[in-house]
Amino acid sequence: MTILQFDHLAAEVRYTLAGIFACLVVASLVARILQRAKPGKNFRELRLRIRTWWVIAGLFSLAIVLNRGASLFFLAFVSFLALKEFLSLVPTRRADHRVLFLAYLSIPFQYLWVYLDWYGIFIIFIPVYLFLLLPTRMVLIGETDGFLRAIGTLHWGLMTTVFSLSHAAMLLAVHPIANARYKPVWPSETSALNPGPGLLILLVLLTQSNDVAQYIWGKTLGRRKVVPKVSPGKTLGGLAGGVATTMLLATTLGPYLTFLDWKRALFAGTIIGLSGFAGDVSISALKRDLGVKDSGTMLPGHGGILDRIDSLTYTAPLYFHFVFYCYC
Amino acid sequence: MNSVLRYLFFLCVVRPIILVVLGLNVRRQELLPKTGPAIVVANHNSHLDALTLMTLFGMRRLSIVRPVAAVDYFLRSKWRAWFSTQIIGIIPLKRTVAGERSDPLAGISDALNAGNILILFPEGSRGNPEQLETFKTGIAHIAKRHSEVPIVPVFLHGLGKALPRGEGILVPFFCDVFVGESIPSTGNRDAFMALLKERMTSLASEGNFPTWD
Repeated sequence: MTILQFDHLAAEVRYTLAGIFACLVVASLVARILQRAKPGKNFRELRLRIRTWWVIAGLFSLAIVLNRGASLFFLAFVSFLALKEFLSLVPTRRADHRVLFLAYLSIPFQYLWVYLDWYGIFIIFIPVYLFLLLPTRMVLIGETDGFLRAIGTLHWGLMTTVFSLSHAAMLLAVHPIANARYKPVWPSETSALNPGPGLLILLVLLTQSNDVAQYIWGKTLGRRKVVPKVSPGKTLGGLAGGVATTMLLATTLGPYLTFLDWKRALFAGTIIGLSGFAGDVSISALKRDLGVKDSGTMLPGHGGILDRIDSLTYTAPLYFHFVFYCYC
Repeated sequence: MNSVLRYLFFLCVVRPIILVVLGLNVRRQELLPKTGPAIVVANHNSHLDALTLMTLFGMRRLSIVRPVAAVDYFLRSKWRAWFSTQIIGIIPLKRTVAGERSDPLAGISDALNAGNILILFPEGSRGNPEQLETFKTGIAHIAKRHSEVPIVPVFLHGLGKALPRGEGILVPFFCDVFVGESIPSTGNRDAFMALLKERMTSLASEGNFPTWD
């Protein structure tokens, strides 16, 4: 086994990945027991959902375990799927065929900057250069009908699915500097050499568990709705319970898995809890505006890829910049 | 030799493009014919249409799935003719039959008698992207002649956005494939055409597609 070497991964990273699969085993068993206990009720949706979780967790772990290049390729592919789903969902103009092609072409470049650890261009490539290049290309084609709508939707999509998401990948390149605002507390020697995987797993784990926690808390408590017009299922109690759960999980898992001390981890958990909610409802608003229930059909039991990474598009850049501010 | 090339072309080029670069959302795939002889009729917006429908039948049935395509376009040059007939495996059809003595549908009949699954676009050409044009009546003649062969309507959406007529660059979109129940052969040309039109319109109305103009 020369490909699957675990040496570059700290022990706590491996144990956390193993823990994720242990949770999935429990989830699968619970779903099976529920189905057996209540044969009349249909748990097909839940079981599909868990099965898809297995696939997502499997691919994500594989990408992390292989190496940094594989992780970046995996995340770039997720960006590609998300942008494709977005552009298939929103109205586009026939005249913009080649502009959309340029937008897709930005994905390999954006992740190349990540691979090269070239922060300066990574952070302005889409917000500055593509922000100016794409409308210029549209103007050269010359179709002015619906220009603002076209460039507005395209740039929003690109910012959400490529720029924001690439921050999750950029976590793999984070290395605390000597005179940082806060001192990193290394959980292990390996993590000091390669802290990225721990940071990335913490982000993804907290974001996805935050989604689940908000859902479960929303079902059990709370009546007052937060955004009744956008997402009638979301209650204030659910939001508060979800954020509290995520803060708690962040404070316990953060110092174990990453160089964040418990205060920084608590703050990161708060950011993820709140912004995860914001990301979730902003994609809900988008779907409601377009009159669709799910963003796609890629992930059975979940809907589309945007339905799964909606929170991540908000949590990834905010969490990244928090870590970056404190330690880089 | 060519059949090996055809197999490899579909396995290594067509399938990755259709399933990964594009991505399909197929409704009721189980209604597609399992074996030949059968005919699949679809709306036509892009060169990708035939490749998409061929992909749906999988690699195992590739050898019996063949699209019907226009002689004047696909056999225009020597190289294109080789590629169309040997790699894609088209059955050439003459679009204008005025003054012809021979049976214009002979190639189609032969292929059906040999147990092939044919892909046919009754609009006759790709036309304006993502717009349904009037169907040509050739399909009704085939239905009458081969009344025992199932004719399955399929509505495609998105492929005309991904690669419209006159564009050389493929832009990825998720594409929809809606398969309908097979259409019985009525023996009457106008009744058959009306039924086909009705089935296609109803399949098209299933989708909630974003505007594209």
